[in-house]
Amino acid sequence: MRELSLHILDIIQNSITASARDIELIIIEDPERNLFQIQVFDNGRGIRGDRLSQVTDPFVTSRDTRRVGLGLSLFQEAARRCGGDLELESAPGQGTRVTAYFQYNHIDRAPLGDIQGTLISLIALNPEINFRYHHIYVDNEFILDTEEIKKELGVIEINRIEVLNWIREFLDEELKNLYGGGSK
Amino acid sequence: MKSLKELRELRETLQKEISARNSAGKPKIIIGMGTCGIAAGAREILHTVLEEIERRKLDVVVTQTGCIGMCEKEPLLDVQLPGKERITYGNLKKDDVKRIIVEHVINGNIVTDLAIARFEEGRD
Repeated sequence: MRELSLHILDIIQNSITASARDIELIIIEDPERNLFQIQVFDNGRGIRGDRLSQVTDPFVTSRDTRRVGLGLSLFQEAARRCGGDLELESAPGQGTRVTAYFQYNHIDRAPLGDIQGTLISLIALNPEINFRYHHIYVDNEFILDTEEIKKELGVIEINRIEVLNWIREFLDEELKNLYGGGSK
Repeated sequence: MKSLKELRELRETLQKEISARNSAGKPKIIIGMGTCGIAAGAREILHTVLEEIERRKLDVVVTQTGCIGMCEKEPLLDVQLPGKERITYGNLKKDDVKRIIVEHVINGNIVTDLAIARFEEGRD
């Protein structure tokens, strides 16, 4: 995948397939600590202990559960190529937590890319799921919480084009501020 | 700065035009969002679909499916008009999406040179 945001879109599909209702994405960028970390938490059905060690192996994947595929192995491979790794914590009924970390300034680390596009895609296609996106860059941070947005919207669906456009503009502004546009 | 107040205003505007917005009886566009689809450009295909919906003020349902085993033909998009069979289009570029929306979703004609499969109703 050319962008980390595409890996994010991909692994969140696992959460959706696992019937998660709440999905949280936390991105931590810290150039000083040479860390780029991506975490996805979900409250989906989780993975059995004996399968947990297998899910990053592309050849052990079982298609019939539809829980995992090539996605996690590709993401893990990308992290390992950049001096990092991918860790999985899960238990049946407990949801799943995926943590991938990269060396921030590793030459092979893909850019984050169009993270706005990833979130808009997820919200547009899965309006019933609550997404919480927390992005931290050094000392700056912001949160997008679709549950809050839905409260404001009342009966209006969150995947109306007009609302999606608002969310995109919100994300554009917040990301600009995050990376220094609004730094004190 | 974007504010939640703007959202409330948006809600009031949209509420006025909320008639019978339920998904029954509407055209459906289904995007393949498996790893294969995403790697092949499904996110951009979806954005083109959303742009066209906005530009042409269409009332359609956009939803997703996982890998259906035609990975080499990704990105895939299905169109299902109410009461009609579901058509799968493959190897899509942005311009193909625009054509499918105009010719199939709006005018009801299957774009045969882009179609790769057809399914009876009921498959997901």
